[in-house]
Amino acid sequence: MIPAAFDYVRAHSTDEAFALLQQHGADARVLAGGQSLIPAMRFRLARPAVLVDINPITALSAVTLDGALTLGATARDVAIERAPWIGETRWSLLHDVSRVVADPVVRQMATVVGSLCHNDPAGDWTTTALAARAEVVVRGATGERTVAIDDFLVDSFTTAVADGEMALAVRFPVPDDRTAGAYQKVERKVGDFATAAAAVQIALAKDGTVRQAGIALSAAGPCAVRVTAAEAALTGQKPTADAIRAAADAAEKASEPQADLRGSVEYKKHLAGVLVARGIRQALSRLGVQA
Amino acid sequence: MKVSVKINGVAYERDVEPRTLLAYFIREACGLTGTHVGCDTSSCGCCVVVLDGTTAVKSCTMLAAQADGHEILTVEGLAKGGALHPIQQAFWDNHGLQCGYCTPGMMLTSYAMLQHTPDPSEAEIREGLAGNLCRCTGYVNIVKAVRQAAGAMREPAAKA
Repeated sequence: MIPAAFDYVRAHSTDEAFALLQQHGADARVLAGGQSLIPAMRFRLARPAVLVDINPITALSAVTLDGALTLGATARDVAIERAPWIGETRWSLLHDVSRVVADPVVRQMATVVGSLCHNDPAGDWTTTALAARAEVVVRGATGERTVAIDDFLVDSFTTAVADGEMALAVRFPVPDDRTAGAYQKVERKVGDFATAAAAVQIALAKDGTVRQAGIALSAAGPCAVRVTAAEAALTGQKPTADAIRAAADAAEKASEPQADLRGSVEYKKHLAGVLVARGIRQALSRLGVQA
Repeated sequence: MKVSVKINGVAYERDVEPRTLLAYFIREACGLTGTHVGCDTSSCGCCVVVLDGTTAVKSCTMLAAQADGHEILTVEGLAKGGALHPIQQAFWDNHGLQCGYCTPGMMLTSYAMLQHTPDPSEAEIREGLAGNLCRCTGYVNIVKAVRQAAGAMREPAAKA
């Protein structure tokens, strides 16, 4: 399987990349890690006439941690997996997910921003970004804008990045030291799409109630989905077994999976609830709370 | 378009279509057929090569154009001066292969892994090789081989 022919252009600066994207509009695609785009092109599911390779733009590969954790458009998954701070409790959601995306070789090329832009319904980073309340920096004709992840993920394989635009980075807010997360994924084998997956991030207040909950599902519908009802079931509450059960029930209800070889609708919905409950318990136990 | 790469220390410059995948560039344009194509869909890891010394990549899922100006290590580049690389020796010693089709990818993935994790546990080896499929061995001897290779490569004298 060989991709359809295309013109290949290297961009050495974001200005150059942006100019090329503006020039070619819908005919152009950005090439970062290529771990979703190249397979899609090989299957002829994608046939861009022009590929704009942004890998030569060294500034875009940066991973910076100050007011926020910022991953540039060509920062590889493996940079998260091996980051010096990844063992900190506050980053436990990113820790978990960075070890289960695709397989360890694919992760050496794959990018987080690319995964968000691909927006596969069974993606891992989209779901994680929802739970962690990330935002994406997009460059458009009128300049740069910051898009909340909820608005960024528009529909299956569709994002807020319009033709001629490009995503420059994703920003994760730095969680406080009473925050932990977990990523729970069931897959048939390493590298397969998730049968179901749940991203959870829990921030506790000083009194032990839940200050903020981030709960999102993958492979549970046409797009990664935030389970607002599950978040509401926990927020402001002590994380009791009852509150966790309510959140899990809400996730099971919100899940709208499709039946396929990985499982039936009933099974996947059940799994969504189970994984959310497990994720909440794991996040809490990382904060020293048993529930 | 012109693509210039260094493969196993040797410079290759070839004129190829932009859609040429790195695996085919290595095999067909450069004639180095030790890099295998198995699934052709980024699943099996037979085509893994090492980019710039430390990054394992599935060469069926990278354009040759992206490798322009970079250095690539393939299985042909492991042995030095007629002596097997410690990874090759370990696969030999432990019978870490049967049909051998997946072996170049297994060895190159291990090579990159051992750059970052010189003393991996069995679990880390199994996790690190999770993107490489072997339909013959059941992996036990492959894991043994990587452990032996890691030990040999940590001894400075044996370092390739």
